[in-house]
Amino acid sequence: MESAVKAERVYKNFQSGKTEIEALNNISFEVERGELFGLIGPDGAGKTTLFRILTTLMIANKGNAWVDGFEVVSQYKEIRKRVGYMPGRFSLYQDLSVEENISFFATLFGTTLEENYEFVKDIYVQIEPFKKRRAGALSGGMKQKLALSCALIHRPSVLFLDEPTTGVDAVSRQEFWDLLKSLQHQGITIVVSTPYMDEANLCDRVALMQNGKIMDIDTPKGITQKFPKPLWAIIAADMYKLMHDLRSDERVDTCYPFGQYHHITFTELNQEIQSIEKTLVEKGHADLSIQKIEPTIEDCFMELMNK
Amino acid sequence: MSNRVAISVSGLTKQFGDFTAVDAITFDVKQGEIFGFLGANGAGKTTAMRMLCGLSLPTSGKANVAGFDLYKESENIKKNIGYMSQKFSLYDDLTIRENNRFYGGIYGLTDEQIKEKTQFMLKHLHLESQADTLVKALPLGWKQKLSFSVSMIHDPKIVFLDEPTGGVDPITRREFWTMIYEAASRGTTVFVTTHYMDEAEYCDRVSIMVDGRIEALDTPAALTKKFDVKGMEEVFIQLARKAKRSDN
Repeated sequence: MESAVKAERVYKNFQSGKTEIEALNNISFEVERGELFGLIGPDGAGKTTLFRILTTLMIANKGNAWVDGFEVVSQYKEIRKRVGYMPGRFSLYQDLSVEENISFFATLFGTTLEENYEFVKDIYVQIEPFKKRRAGALSGGMKQKLALSCALIHRPSVLFLDEPTTGVDAVSRQEFWDLLKSLQHQGITIVVSTPYMDEANLCDRVALMQNGKIMDIDTPKGITQKFPKPLWAIIAADMYKLMHDLRSDERVDTCYPFGQYHHITFTELNQEIQSIEKTLVEKGHADLSIQKIEPTIEDCFMELMNK
Repeated sequence: MSNRVAISVSGLTKQFGDFTAVDAITFDVKQGEIFGFLGANGAGKTTAMRMLCGLSLPTSGKANVAGFDLYKESENIKKNIGYMSQKFSLYDDLTIRENNRFYGGIYGLTDEQIKEKTQFMLKHLHLESQADTLVKALPLGWKQKLSFSVSMIHDPKIVFLDEPTGGVDPITRREFWTMIYEAASRGTTVFVTTHYMDEAEYCDRVSIMVDGRIEALDTPAALTKKFDVKGMEEVFIQLARKAKRSDN
């Protein structure tokens, strides 16, 4: 069976004054049907441009792409019937009420809320009590749920979500991902972008993006297994001094703060830890503890950025 | 960090009609401290921050910011604080040099001071060759670092950072925090909000707001111990789950 999304060497550049920006530099990837696929990367990585091209709102300079088997340029009308798209910026009608927005989008696709009620129910019931309220007067989380309901109203086969959790607190982010999982169980293919590296673990597969390029594509586990060096977490009483001391030590290759710890790699693969500990104790570090750890997606992302 | 108090807040409350956005919050921030101001969406952080910056009058309670009273001396507060957010920072259509001149001018710096500050900043950020580049042509990470420096062009006692690292790549995010540490070690008080819980661990102390009230305030290590969990993410989730009022 053909894949739900396929991109082949997609290239897009923009002119900004005198400088040319390569927003997408030969992007190729495939998303399987029913997969929850994540585009992970910071602002400026090219995630939104890629979404616009796949949802037929923008045309690439070079390369080609297919969604649900249809080509994005010549068959854009077919694609528009089949995809749901939730842009990063809230783009519903602020002056229409919740139910007016829903029925507007339903009408565009020749359907009704009643017809697809079962499909959007899980999300819609949470905003239904406010159905008479103007969309502009909803809280951030409610707006997000309304936008998702509108993107789902025509039972799309592929759902594109551009940074749905940006600026959202840790609790609401968890809830949103639970919602995505339940949508996935209904058979929908989901492509979601996020700047939060920890969310990569909630996807089946991810593409790590930076500066218009895909640095790696794999399952989250596959990505972390490729980390090339042993990784250590280190903690001491004075973390700021610890970072300076480690970064100025020739034996240390990288040292990055990670919450309570610093994550470090060494120049030598089989660096002896006792000698590092000894140096740090001599430099006056108290409550020192070093342990070997499994890398996170964020460790891998930084490793790939440094390549 | 000194023992001098940079921000002192007592029973600070803000009501909009019958809705209490900020409900009698009380805390002190020391000069040179990195203070993390956390809370779920809708908990009242922005409203509290706007009051502390002198942009919104409290309904009741007391506050002293940078040595000035919130009710009587809000103009002096504005002169003595810096502010930066992810959403509002620099003017895209001005160059780096022009942004400096603009903000330096706003804060009443002399031409000579602006020139000196600009030179120092460009050198420190290794942006000498970009001084006459439009800000919009800069990568986001540079923009955010530059914007932080510009927010401190007038050597404020306190700098308020509202989600300064949102959307920034993981390496730049860490470089940004190095800048925060440097500012704090020079004695600047840093008041910062973030949705990255690893960044909460970098703060000297953090407060967590739930439904308009401060539900927890301590060092990250003490909070982690008190809640008997592994890190701030779990502390945050435990507290924020209790919220009745929600943005969702």
